Amino acid sequence: MALLPNLPDVLIIQPPPAFISFESDFTQKFNILRAWESPLPLDQFLTTHAQSVHALLCRAETPINADVLRLLPTLKIVVSASTGADQVDKAECRRRGIAVTNAGNAYAEDVADIAVGLFIDVFRKISAADWYVRKGLWSSKGDYPLGSKIGGKRVGIVGLGSIGYEVAKRLEAFGCKISYNSRSERPSLSYTFYSNVSELAADSDALVICCGLTDQTRHMINKEVLSALGKDGVVVNIGRGAIIDEKELVKCLVNGEIRGAGLDVFENEPHIPKELVAMDNVVLSPHKAVYTVESVKKGGEVMIANLEAFFSNKPLVTPVIYG
Amino acid sequence: MADDDHSELPTVLVLRRCPFIALLEPKCSQKFNLLKAWDSPLPQDRFLTTHARSVQALLSSGNGPPITAQILQLLPSLKLVVTNSTGLDHVDLAECRRRGIAVANAAKVFAEDVADTAVGLFIDVMRKISASNRYVRGGLWACRGDYPLGSKIGGKKVGIVGLGSIGLEVAKRLEAFGCSVSYNSRSEKPSLSYQFYSNVCELAADSDALIICCGLTEETHHMINKEVLSALGREGVIVNVGRGAIIDEKEMVECLVRGEIGGAGLDVFENEPNVPKELFSLDNVVLSPHQAIVTHEAFVDLGELVTGNLEAFFSNKPLLSLAVIN
Repeated sequence: MALLPNLPDVLIIQPPPAFISFESDFTQKFNILRAWESPLPLDQFLTTHAQSVHALLCRAETPINADVLRLLPTLKIVVSASTGADQVDKAECRRRGIAVTNAGNAYAEDVADIAVGLFIDVFRKISAADWYVRKGLWSSKGDYPLGSKIGGKRVGIVGLGSIGYEVAKRLEAFGCKISYNSRSERPSLSYTFYSNVSELAADSDALVICCGLTDQTRHMINKEVLSALGKDGVVVNIGRGAIIDEKELVKCLVNGEIRGAGLDVFENEPHIPKELVAMDNVVLSPHKAVYTVESVKKGGEVMIANLEAFFSNKPLVTPVIYG
Repeated sequence: MADDDHSELPTVLVLRRCPFIALLEPKCSQKFNLLKAWDSPLPQDRFLTTHARSVQALLSSGNGPPITAQILQLLPSLKLVVTNSTGLDHVDLAECRRRGIAVANAAKVFAEDVADTAVGLFIDVMRKISASNRYVRGGLWACRGDYPLGSKIGGKKVGIVGLGSIGLEVAKRLEAFGCSVSYNSRSEKPSLSYQFYSNVCELAADSDALIICCGLTEETHHMINKEVLSALGREGVIVNVGRGAIIDEKEMVECLVRGEIGGAGLDVFENEPNVPKELFSLDNVVLSPHQAIVTHEAFVDLGELVTGNLEAFFSNKPLLSLAVIN
């Protein structure tokens, strides 16, 4: 019987979609420690089986906080399936000398496509009109109300990273005018930079939230920003729910203080504020902006590339923190 | 002046009342004498013979009534038909050509809005936006979990059927998403870099999606038939912002029900406002009540274009949007 080569150990607490869909891509290169399949509670599993593990592969929804990290004394790298790696306590990783990698650009195009799809949907009422037709109201009640032209709209992109850039490129093709707020200006781009997101909102017909969730961006889209955006304004969020003060957003929508919203993310997924269910100027998406077969596969490839680089002491492909 | 002398203003005939005419009326009635056939107790034919023999301009709506040879024959002085639609399938163009009657349509006014709808429907079908919107609203995200994967848009081969002003705007947008664009049209446009297919079936065979942007003519009637849909295939998506009858609707519905094509985004239907009921239960179909053109801004632009065409005609200037009739 041939001996299998000694594959390096990789711990997974909850499998990311790329692992679920393309498991053999991973298992042919790594020995997976399957915490989710164990009857043991997580901390017991880690203390029993993961004391010498160097690499952790984690999905966006699994928090890798100080408590988890404490149970992994030899951990050297966290490979995140998400673009932001927001679920990882980066400060603690930095303190411990643990490298962190993210999904890089793997999802940028697909996320941008959803952002633009939601944007068009809200302005042109596509989902609402589809519902109207399915209920038989086109034949019985007549034409659906007018939408609003997309060309010429002033769009404020919040966070001009790889995703925000793809959104900008697409909306330009529709004749929109692009401005942005970001951590830092990108002078090589011709879009107008706003250092203040409230001022960006005041000069915009729509805000598209493309940034990650950090201490600075938590509830950044607040009452003041929504007010500045105004009652003809639209919000699209494909970042993280908590970037927007969700309670305030719901109030604005209920009171007609903004025109509408397209939301892929929420503060307390999978729960959405019940007030939104009845509104036809809101389009709801179950946090699936990355979810195409192609981008799940690509994300998996990036994760595998980072793990291979780590195990062969080569430079990491998409580091967020260098270990 | 309290009493307008209507004989000073040039006369424009309107056959039937409709929302568009109502919107236009305040501005138009200051510049033209609107001769309203529907206002008269006389049946239309009698009205025309009695009151419209010297009328030179007719304002028509894409929603009807059709401007038939019969109607045209009752208008011996007619020189211009202005329609609020891009499509001209409701006008007897052969008769207009024979009589030397110019036809002005809505041309590029709608092109961007229609293209936006076409692309919006395309994204929706590929990424299941409306379907997952319903899923979330039905409370299914919380209890059933994640919605099925969608299909990436970038890299898809899109075949545009009809590369006129609308088709060009669609192409421009899809390129920004990383799609590769090919087309079938009445004639090749060598100045463009998109690949031309003289045969719509071959275009379908080489495409992941077809976007129907052409007008309805005898040639294009049921052009998208069983053969074309077969060539498009099980993963293929079809989007229609042209006219319902360009597609063999019965055949398309059967293909969708049997899973022989991947999905459809439809703004137009053969028998509006009636939509085949089989489509209501399909999640891979997005239905739109013929509103590709329906934005506030488009209506304002359209009003200006229609008025502009009439003014140009009556002052012997070139029309703003003369439709070329082949």
